[in-house]
Amino acid sequence: MASSPKILAYPHRHLLGIEGLSVDEISCILDKSDQYVAQNRRADKKVDLLHGRTIINLFFEDSTRTRTSFELAAKRLSADVINMSVDTSSVNKGETLIDTASTLNAMHPEVLVVRAGLSGAVQLLAEKVNCAVINAGDGSHEHPTQALLDALTIKRRRGTLQGLKIAICGDILHSRVARSNIYLLVTMGAQVRLVAPMTLIPSGAKNLGVKIFHNMKEGLNGCDIVMMLRLQNERMHGNFFPSIREYFHFFGLDYEKLSVAKPDALIMHPGPANRGVEIDSEVADDYSRSVIREQVEMGVAVRMACLDILSRNLQRELMEAKA
Amino acid sequence: MTGYWTAAQPDEALGLKAYTNVRLLDPKSKLDIVCDSTGGLLTDGKRISNIGPNIFKNGIPKNAEEIDGEGFCLSPGLVDIRVQVREPGYEHKGTIESAGRAATAGGVTTMACLPNTKPIIADMSQVEFVARRARKIGLSKIYPYAALTKDLKGEELTEIGILAEAGAIAFTDGDRAIANAQVLRRALSYARTFNLLIVQHPEEPSLVPPGGMNASETATRLGLPGIPREAEIIIVERDLRLVEMTGGKLHFAHISTGEAVDVIRKGKARGLNITCDTAPPYFALNDQSIGNYRTFAKLSPPLRSEDDRKAIIAGLKDGTIDAIASDHTPQDADSKRLPFTQAESGGVGLETLLAVSLDLYHNGEMSLLDTLGKITHVPAVLFNLPAGTLAKDAAADLMLFDPERGWQVKDTDLVSKAKNTPFDLRLVQGVVMRTVIDGRTVFQHEEA
Repeated sequence: MASSPKILAYPHRHLLGIEGLSVDEISCILDKSDQYVAQNRRADKKVDLLHGRTIINLFFEDSTRTRTSFELAAKRLSADVINMSVDTSSVNKGETLIDTASTLNAMHPEVLVVRAGLSGAVQLLAEKVNCAVINAGDGSHEHPTQALLDALTIKRRRGTLQGLKIAICGDILHSRVARSNIYLLVTMGAQVRLVAPMTLIPSGAKNLGVKIFHNMKEGLNGCDIVMMLRLQNERMHGNFFPSIREYFHFFGLDYEKLSVAKPDALIMHPGPANRGVEIDSEVADDYSRSVIREQVEMGVAVRMACLDILSRNLQRELMEAKA
Repeated sequence: MTGYWTAAQPDEALGLKAYTNVRLLDPKSKLDIVCDSTGGLLTDGKRISNIGPNIFKNGIPKNAEEIDGEGFCLSPGLVDIRVQVREPGYEHKGTIESAGRAATAGGVTTMACLPNTKPIIADMSQVEFVARRARKIGLSKIYPYAALTKDLKGEELTEIGILAEAGAIAFTDGDRAIANAQVLRRALSYARTFNLLIVQHPEEPSLVPPGGMNASETATRLGLPGIPREAEIIIVERDLRLVEMTGGKLHFAHISTGEAVDVIRKGKARGLNITCDTAPPYFALNDQSIGNYRTFAKLSPPLRSEDDRKAIIAGLKDGTIDAIASDHTPQDADSKRLPFTQAESGGVGLETLLAVSLDLYHNGEMSLLDTLGKITHVPAVLFNLPAGTLAKDAAADLMLFDPERGWQVKDTDLVSKAKNTPFDLRLVQGVVMRTVIDGRTVFQHEEA
């Protein structure tokens, strides 16, 4: 009989969001991720860790990048992966969500990776299953693995998050990426600024430990990191700004606006970028500044670390329950 | 109004001009000094270079042209923040030139024009067109508003950031209210991003029957549909909440009811970023002026009750109402020569702005300086216009006037192309003797 596994610094069954996580919990995932970056750069990228385990990618909302990233992460850990895309438009969402969850639960997966269009839906689903749940983005609420991969990218480039001036620019209002990043970066001691027109700053944002700017040059002044957000055109119902042209004129990232940031400031974007809307192509493709491709690479490592840690936690729980 | 105009000469050398024997009036600095030949005001080119009672005590500069003010008042030219010039698109009602002639005859040297032309002022080229035309004509300076929403429909925002960079001074849907609360909320919030001003026509459209007048006994007797005062009050009350919610900046145009004044007074006391104006008809006339279906007295908002009129004066006196604008709305004769319900609303006002406003002074309601302030430096400050004061280095935009001389308003005597004045046949006091823009005399009064 093996001795009971040690409790990891990240002790939770699920990863539903960054809000409420401690410095140690976040560091635990980042450190583990860093190990997987090295592994992913080897010719043989596969380890046997999750052999025989089942992971279901349950996507209620279209996604290519995130789903692929999770799928690859699971495969590199030797898990069996199933991708399920559920068309949300044709069904009654409340019922389907819980029905789907209990159906999948009956198949004994170890991890459910869930993306949902509605805020809070992933948490609701997590309450109905016995397995681990990773939030792959829920509505405008959280996208924790994106924030972790952004943090890993920054940390590997700059050594630390502590004290960095980081501007998050664009559609904060609708962005789950922004929320997760705010929680993570503020917790880790970065100085976070939000830059957007008034209409795209959510109410009470100033209480999140950030500084708010409505002018790109003021907001970007002296920044180490410029994090652009995707303008969520599909969520833009009504008058948040007059036109794409005006948005780009005042809030699109180009060299002119970037000139006030630190000369070596990194440019980040969670993708897919709307070129000529929130970011000028020239800037997005300037690989001396833009780490957009690196973010994608870090994504796989972060998701491997999350699957690794949550599988271990689940295993520990099961053993404790048996004991 | 009679007199003659001097067309602009773009490259004319202006030199020095010495205004002597004038009573200097500057509402901003509270200056009110009678000068003889040893004092007054000196302009150098387009700017005021000196001002004061003793500046000519050693004689006027040798190369200066002396303009003897004959004891009249010399003040900043008037700043009128609500004018419809009707060009482009409605040239049969008015043109930039016609508005410029009427304005200068009325002492107005700076005016802000509404965007409800055809095409609507909603893109950079339209903003530039108006400014360029006004410069070319060389009479009053014109600063355009731009539309707040596309096609003035109150639904989608125009590119107000870009329009402001092009020179639009504020954003409004003209004589239409932004009725949808969500649209105004977003507009105020978005405009705050760039510190831009939104101007609201406060009138809930669903409460306004077509062709109506103020809801009153008179409306009942005349058998006309009634526009309730609440149409204005409801929008003002609602908008204050939206300003509070967004932190935006809102100006209410032509306030006409006592309760709206009360609501704005309380809103200002709460520290909200709100301002407002009214127009001369609302403190000089009431709904009795409609008499027997006089369509010249059909205005938007409609003329209100006598109690409202008095409340508007009280609002002007205590500063709740910041400014007075002419609300100059030219209509061609055919638009007014119709049954009351079918007639267009609005009245011309550029030529009567000074004289009717001076009623407040002549009736002992306000001082001459405070009255002038409402039509010079206060509106200039609200709209951030470089005008409205007599100061060294300020633009030499001046009005020489006799506040006492009486005359009778007659529609046929107006220089404005459109004659639809609600003040027809009214006896008023205050005559503009000379209007100076950028150092150049553009209008001089002549006895008929």
